[in-house]
Amino acid sequence: MQPAIDAPASAKKARAGAQVPVLRTEALTRRFGGLTAVNNVNFQVNREEIRAIIGPNGAGKSTFFNCLTGVLPATSGRILFNGEDITGLPPDRISLKGIARSYQITNILPNATTLENVRIAAQSRRHAWSMLKHYSAYHDIIERAEAVLKSVGLYGKADELAANLSHGEQRNLEIGIALATEPLLLCLDEPTAGMSAVETRDTVQLVRSIAKNLTILIVEHDMDVVMGLADRITVLNYGQVLAEGTPTEIQNNPKVLEVYLKT
Amino acid sequence: MSTAANDAPLIAVEDLHTYYGKSHILQGVTLHVGSGEVVGLLGRNGVGKSTTLKTIIGLVQPSHGKVVFEGNVVTSMPPHRLARLGMGYVPEDRRIFRLLTVMENLRTGLDRAGMTDEKKRALLEKVFAYFPVLAERRNQAGGTLSGGEQQMLAIARAMMLEPKIILLDEPTEGLMPRMVSQIRNIVDVLHRENVAILLVEQNVPLTLEASERVYIMEKGAVRHHAAARDLKVNDAVIHQYLGV
Amino acid sequence: MQLTAILAGIPWDQILIQTLNGIVTGMILALIASGLTLIFGIMDVVNFAHGELFMLGAYIGVVVLATTGSFWLALLIATLVVALLGAAIQIATLRPLLGRDPLTTILATFGVSLILQNYALWQFGPVARKIQEPFSGHFKLFYLEYPWYRLLIAGLSAAIIGGFWLFLKHGKFGIWIRATTQDRVMAQAMGIPVPLVHTAAFAIGAGMAAASGVLFGPLVGVNHTMGLDWVLKAFIVVVVGGMGNLGGSIAAAIFISLLEAYASIWVSPAQAVIVSFVVLILTLLFRPTGLFVPTPK
Repeated sequence: MQPAIDAPASAKKARAGAQVPVLRTEALTRRFGGLTAVNNVNFQVNREEIRAIIGPNGAGKSTFFNCLTGVLPATSGRILFNGEDITGLPPDRISLKGIARSYQITNILPNATTLENVRIAAQSRRHAWSMLKHYSAYHDIIERAEAVLKSVGLYGKADELAANLSHGEQRNLEIGIALATEPLLLCLDEPTAGMSAVETRDTVQLVRSIAKNLTILIVEHDMDVVMGLADRITVLNYGQVLAEGTPTEIQNNPKVLEVYLKT
Repeated sequence: MSTAANDAPLIAVEDLHTYYGKSHILQGVTLHVGSGEVVGLLGRNGVGKSTTLKTIIGLVQPSHGKVVFEGNVVTSMPPHRLARLGMGYVPEDRRIFRLLTVMENLRTGLDRAGMTDEKKRALLEKVFAYFPVLAERRNQAGGTLSGGEQQMLAIARAMMLEPKIILLDEPTEGLMPRMVSQIRNIVDVLHRENVAILLVEQNVPLTLEASERVYIMEKGAVRHHAAARDLKVNDAVIHQYLGV
Repeated sequence: MQLTAILAGIPWDQILIQTLNGIVTGMILALIASGLTLIFGIMDVVNFAHGELFMLGAYIGVVVLATTGSFWLALLIATLVVALLGAAIQIATLRPLLGRDPLTTILATFGVSLILQNYALWQFGPVARKIQEPFSGHFKLFYLEYPWYRLLIAGLSAAIIGGFWLFLKHGKFGIWIRATTQDRVMAQAMGIPVPLVHTAAFAIGAGMAAASGVLFGPLVGVNHTMGLDWVLKAFIVVVVGGMGNLGGSIAAAIFISLLEAYASIWVSPAQAVIVSFVVLILTLLFRPTGLFVPTPK
């Protein structure tokens, strides 16, 4: 057993990534009948990293994401979250462990207000079996929901029906819902899909501003977003890791270019 | 051989805006294809290339902008009328009729007004000459064909309409290199038959080789337009919009 | 010995009679269910008005029979009139709802069924009518006089279904229907006028329902609620046979009717109906895509 360490030293240790990657996969494989969509992938993401996953069409990015978040069971291999084996856990359990996810097709409650959308997500972290107390009695949940709305820039629209938000605002709300579950790892699936240039820039800034104390995995096709946000990039091709590195390294990697241009 | 834009173009789209729900997929697409021309449409995933084709063939309604075919505005015409007017469509996932035989697949396009038995036989012979493997498998169910064979069937099926233009969506995706060169040959064949082609692709060398002009899309709009012979695979503009 | 005693105890005569009854009922049910599954398969519409189209066919049969005295004319005219009515219903109520939430088409067809039922009640009154069999005549089957007519309607139903199946397999329109059923989007891209195909398919389904109404008329009374029992059975058949699967519906219709017929040897016919529901529940639990569907896709 480790002897007790005083606060500053322990903070420094935590900062050093604590040597346990936030997420790690070992030989992760997912097959659909004869097609191997994810092929023996060894992948890891460290604390407070922003990692982008890119790759040409059919590279297996969505399937990989779906395996990580429990939406699809892996055919073989392991997934470790903070050192704990989470392979085979269903999505709700994975969410409780601290992984939150946004979806490619906006997945919000259109008939609830912006605040309610986020509050419901925040509430999921409490035992919700008490039917006698009104939700407004849970002050801390409402405060947390309001704080999340502020961080995604939607506090001014707290009482607006989610269906009435613009596309960009809805996508940001989706990020807010994920944030409200107090995750350690945030997985964003094509967060800027269908957005205008202005909305895209706003979302990039938003992700940068929430990145503190959070590890972020992001699947994207928009290269400006990827290069602007990512600390490191993983390139997938035919279900395998083709290359990994900083944005500059990836941009100068001839294999990556080859695969994208099909030369 | 016709050159591009001698008269009005065969197809012209102007300032197309298309939404899926609130998602603004096409943010003002403008392009044109001349009679008998092969035009390439390049771009990364998710930029709206397939949606552009779907909007042209009427499978998706734009919220703004227009599609003009042979001088007529056809933006709100239903797809089956556009097919009869001479637009062929080969979608990204081929989408052949799996439970119909090869022959029945072809007949969906072959059996139309104005086709005598003579003409039908001639057209079938011609297409079977280009795709002998389809002739071999003519009584097999479409779903039993391999990926490459299904791609050929999808193209042959569109050819049954004797179209003036074929909208080809990523025909080489998922195919082995040997099949990729076969697709390349088919594009040439179609060009020789004076069928215009709007070729959506991510395979840059093939597109630059096969096309006369090339558009490059990003984030829902055309960002670059050039003659294919003026573009090389390693040009900066290719890297910018298609690379990393 | 023990075996002969058991064999002697089995009511072979009743089993044979009930086999015939099951097949006859099954063929009628198959004809109704074929129309229903065609409509569902091609345009994803659950046609709650199908029983009323069956009922209207029977009533038109009554009227034509009374006017002309010919059963066969009644069959023909009822089929054509209801087919046209079906086309009109589809164009007026279903075409505008294309692409919307499937619940809206269920509500629409349910509304149509209410209209048709009450129209029939208003037009023809609550007293049941009768369609006369086109010919009488029985043959001796054990202790029973079995009517030739029953065999005839089974044969005719089979012929109509067979004719329809041939129509689907050959010819341009058959291909149009099959292509539209499989992939409505690509059918359009191939120039097939899908809205027209939808209307025609609904009309054909309606016509088949009407034909079974006339054929079955002589066996039961014709009244404005006769559709209700049959449409419920038809839905069970369609689900057990696999929605959109024509061969499956036919097999399921005969299968369920035979089971019910055998069951009514030992229990009352009203209780024998429970058999169909048991089959339905078991199918949904273990093979929800249909008992007679080879493998779920």
